Amino acid sequence: MDIESLAHKSGEWLRATGPESDIVMSSRIRLARNLAQFPFPNRADDTARAEIEEILHSQIERISTGRRLSYIPVSNLEQLDRQMLVERQLISREHSENRGRRGVGISDEENVSLMVNEEDHLRMQVLHSGFALDECWAEIDRIDDAIEAELTYAFSERLGYLTACPTNCGTGIRVSVLLHLPALVITKEIQKVFQALQKIGLAVRGLYGEGSQAMGDFYQISNQVTLGKSEVQLIKTIQDVIPNILSYERRVRTALVKENRRGLHDQVSRAYGILRNAQTISSEETMHLLSSVRMGINLGLIDDLEIPTVNELFIHTQPAHLQKIRHEKLESAERNVARAAYIRQRLAGRTPEQN
Amino acid sequence: MKYEPEIVHRLAVVMKKCGRCSKPAVLHITELQHGEVQALHLCETCAKEYLSQAPSAPPEEMPASIEAESEEDLDELDQRVCPNCGITFKEFRAQGRLGCPHDYIAFEDELLPLLENIHGETEHCGKIPKRAPDSSQRQFQLIKLRSELRTAVEEERYEDAARIRDAIRQVETMPAHEGPTVE
Repeated sequence: MDIESLAHKSGEWLRATGPESDIVMSSRIRLARNLAQFPFPNRADDTARAEIEEILHSQIERISTGRRLSYIPVSNLEQLDRQMLVERQLISREHSENRGRRGVGISDEENVSLMVNEEDHLRMQVLHSGFALDECWAEIDRIDDAIEAELTYAFSERLGYLTACPTNCGTGIRVSVLLHLPALVITKEIQKVFQALQKIGLAVRGLYGEGSQAMGDFYQISNQVTLGKSEVQLIKTIQDVIPNILSYERRVRTALVKENRRGLHDQVSRAYGILRNAQTISSEETMHLLSSVRMGINLGLIDDLEIPTVNELFIHTQPAHLQKIRHEKLESAERNVARAAYIRQRLAGRTPEQN
Repeated sequence: MKYEPEIVHRLAVVMKKCGRCSKPAVLHITELQHGEVQALHLCETCAKEYLSQAPSAPPEEMPASIEAESEEDLDELDQRVCPNCGITFKEFRAQGRLGCPHDYIAFEDELLPLLENIHGETEHCGKIPKRAPDSSQRQFQLIKLRSELRTAVEEERYEDAARIRDAIRQVETMPAHEGPTVE
């Protein structure tokens, strides 16, 4: 895999091929693992970090999981390339901003990402389109077994997999589902969903995880607790609750159409109109309008645009991607112009007038 | 906004009222003070105020002798060092990150209440490395089955419960060298 070509393609998980992908953008499972014989990355000196990277890098290259994995040494990348990997959800912000030797193994389809020397020695992630947690678990469980076959993980009989932060120990699992909930946001019903989720110990975060704002009406639902319950139990908790949120969002969408179809049609068409014609646009406004358009497509109010294109635009209109596509460093105002031009171009390819 | 961890700051786990006013708490802070775990539930406004204050400044009206004593205790606890990686408990308190896997043993007394507070449990019941010795494989199998049994009984799935009970008996009576198969 070549980092330069990444900016022009998109991950399989954005293609809206999975179940319920009108609302569920993606399902993700990550596992935190550490090698038994080394200090955790933040406490490891340069020699130890290099040794950890060597061991895990060669193990990642050795395993066969049915997908081709490429290893990218993140510590050798420029800031812009690292930022692009963050925008694509292939590495975390912490991994991008960290110091010292570190890297990531990525599958061609971008479904698998194996971060080395993040907060833990190894942070594995499997990402699938739509509501597909069982598939994520089956795949990540296999990868975990393959890596562990020749390495000894830090593991305690009582506390399970040992992690740098006590909030992750035990299973080391974070199960999360990324939902697009525009109707619940418009009607402010989303607050009730948050409260219900908090009661059963689930966390709600924005598109880019911890501390990030809910952009484009995307919400990430994930487990908090990692110790004392099995992986399957934790996955099931999320699997049980998501269908309720999906039917809630769908019910509210139907009610919105019933109440004021013309008003809603007008709103999503205006959003589409701005995106097709704007000459300068901020990231925030883009997210907001794309969210409207995405819902419009799902309600049949916009019929000449496809969901995967919108999904891609959420990622490709972010700062590092725009700069990679344009092959130059851009200040914020220049980015807004480049963003508007990129969106016009992408959307023009689909308009009937151009066909 | 991003809060830096004192020990572990966690976004809303359960809906609770703020401990200082009546707004809903959004930040749940677990802190080790004087060797005791303290849970704080704060709304956004109070949380900002709390986090901007110097960590655990003793109230002024506190009698001097007690103050001195607790500070000594805290110092003693803080100065504990992991013999493996050299991290002190104080450093962990400041960063919220441990130094090495051995810390879980070195700081066990302090970490167990913290883990209990975070997870509500202190016993792993999930996947175990295939390389773990047979005896621990069996031990984990039992912990997992017992936890499943609890859930089955709670959910009134009595047929499942009976099946799990049989499985537990089978693992318990299995000769040691045979080691149970792990899913």
